Amino acid sequence: MTTTEPAAVDQDPPAVVFDPDLPWQRARSVAMRPEPFGALVYHFGNRKLSFLKSKLLVRVVEALEQHESVHATLTACAVPEAQRGAYVKALADLARSQMIERRELPA
Amino acid sequence: MTAVLPSRPAAPAARPDRPVGGRLIDQFEYGLDAPICLTWELTYACNLACVHCLSSSGRRDPRELSTAEAERVIDELQRMQVFYVNVGGGEPTVRPDFWHLLDYAIDHQVGVKFSTNGIKLDRKRAAQLAATDYVDVQLSLDGATAEVNDRVRGTGSFATATRALENLAEAGMKDFKVSVVVTRENVGQLDQFKALTDSFGAQLRITRFRPSGRGADVWDQLHPTQAQQRELYHWLLANGDNVLTGDSFFHLSAYGEALPGLNLCGAGRVVCLIDPVGDVYACPFAIHEDFLAGNVRDEGGFQRVWQGSDLFQELRSPQTGGACTKCAHFDACRGGCMAAKFFTGLPLDGPDPECVQGYGETALAARDADRTAPKSHIDHSHTGPVRGQPTLLGIPSIPAKMCDESPLAGMQ
Repeated sequence: MTTTEPAAVDQDPPAVVFDPDLPWQRARSVAMRPEPFGALVYHFGNRKLSFLKSKLLVRVVEALEQHESVHATLTACAVPEAQRGAYVKALADLARSQMIERRELPA
Repeated sequence: MTAVLPSRPAAPAARPDRPVGGRLIDQFEYGLDAPICLTWELTYACNLACVHCLSSSGRRDPRELSTAEAERVIDELQRMQVFYVNVGGGEPTVRPDFWHLLDYAIDHQVGVKFSTNGIKLDRKRAAQLAATDYVDVQLSLDGATAEVNDRVRGTGSFATATRALENLAEAGMKDFKVSVVVTRENVGQLDQFKALTDSFGAQLRITRFRPSGRGADVWDQLHPTQAQQRELYHWLLANGDNVLTGDSFFHLSAYGEALPGLNLCGAGRVVCLIDPVGDVYACPFAIHEDFLAGNVRDEGGFQRVWQGSDLFQELRSPQTGGACTKCAHFDACRGGCMAAKFFTGLPLDGPDPECVQGYGETALAARDADRTAPKSHIDHSHTGPVRGQPTLLGIPSIPAKMCDESPLAGMQ
């Protein structure tokens, strides 16, 4: 089975409401290191590590900041319809561990 | 006496291609472009002489990396996006440039977690650490009482560590750790360790004792019994969420339920060791020429060693042969710890000496009588007596302070 769920090695439980209709971005204190299978993400603030288990998910996370919502990002990155649910769930996990954050749209 | 080294499992004729997708653990078996975190021992010098020291530390090595060379390693780690390092030794804080290198690493986006026995952590240093981001401190303690701790770490070492813990707590340091190597003598103190750690507002970290360095000399005496391993496993299932383990107890997963964390040997795949002279080994518990991949002083530096060394290439494929692959629990424990097998003279594709299914004991009993376990030739142990040295080995302790004993003792 191919899963795109980033297995977080450590997880932080603060409640972050993840709304895929809103604009998001890679958190400013997060660095992504490319790996053969995807990427390693590191949060300099809370020192948490996570892994993105597909290269497409890496592209999605990087592209978030260019689109007005998560759904628009998934469309732009041509994520297959059948995998949309898994990607939204993966992004929700990343939001929970503060790897991605809400982006304020310019007024 | 013939020393026969157990060979590494033969690398498959053609290296299998990395699978696409699948479990993270399967990906990790093929290695990463840079380590997730690496251990960097800054010096072999140490004020203590712990009986089970994994790196046989004591005396400084004259070839240790200079300040400038250490800075170049940090520059390289920054370029490779190694986001944090575990710094140890020896006792890293006895290096005169330790505090400089700490700041240098943090300024270059390389976070530091360092292990110490607390000897230099006075109030001033504790306040400095509390005010620094991206630094984590880990105090080593191998007994929840002075009696149990000092037997293996030396007289006065419990007092030194707890004084450092007090200083850190007083300075308002957050998230510092108490790091315990679990032995036959302290495994019954896990709840006490937890209470002690909580009392300082610190976090407990417990790791597995390996027969590495001087640990090989006391392995038979100190490694937990089978019954204790089972107790430890149940304690981890009950308390594991609030305790750090460095994912070092994955061999216990073969009891049934997987423990939290990464259950695989990360040697040369996701972790490695840089020793004080710049030698790069597959893991901190494998300081032996068989696991030496190169040196950071070589052309191409650490990056070339990590990405190109033959040894690390060889370690980066799943184990496909050997007795363990036929075991029903192989997926849980993955054959256990490479270093534990190696330094007890067991084949690397066979069971861990502490295999919870009992295959390790059988394998140990079946070792050839004329075969001795490989021993590392890298030994920086103190050559003379050390103040307050451990009493486990039955050597009488030298008083930590001469005044601790009556000047007339032994004179009548």
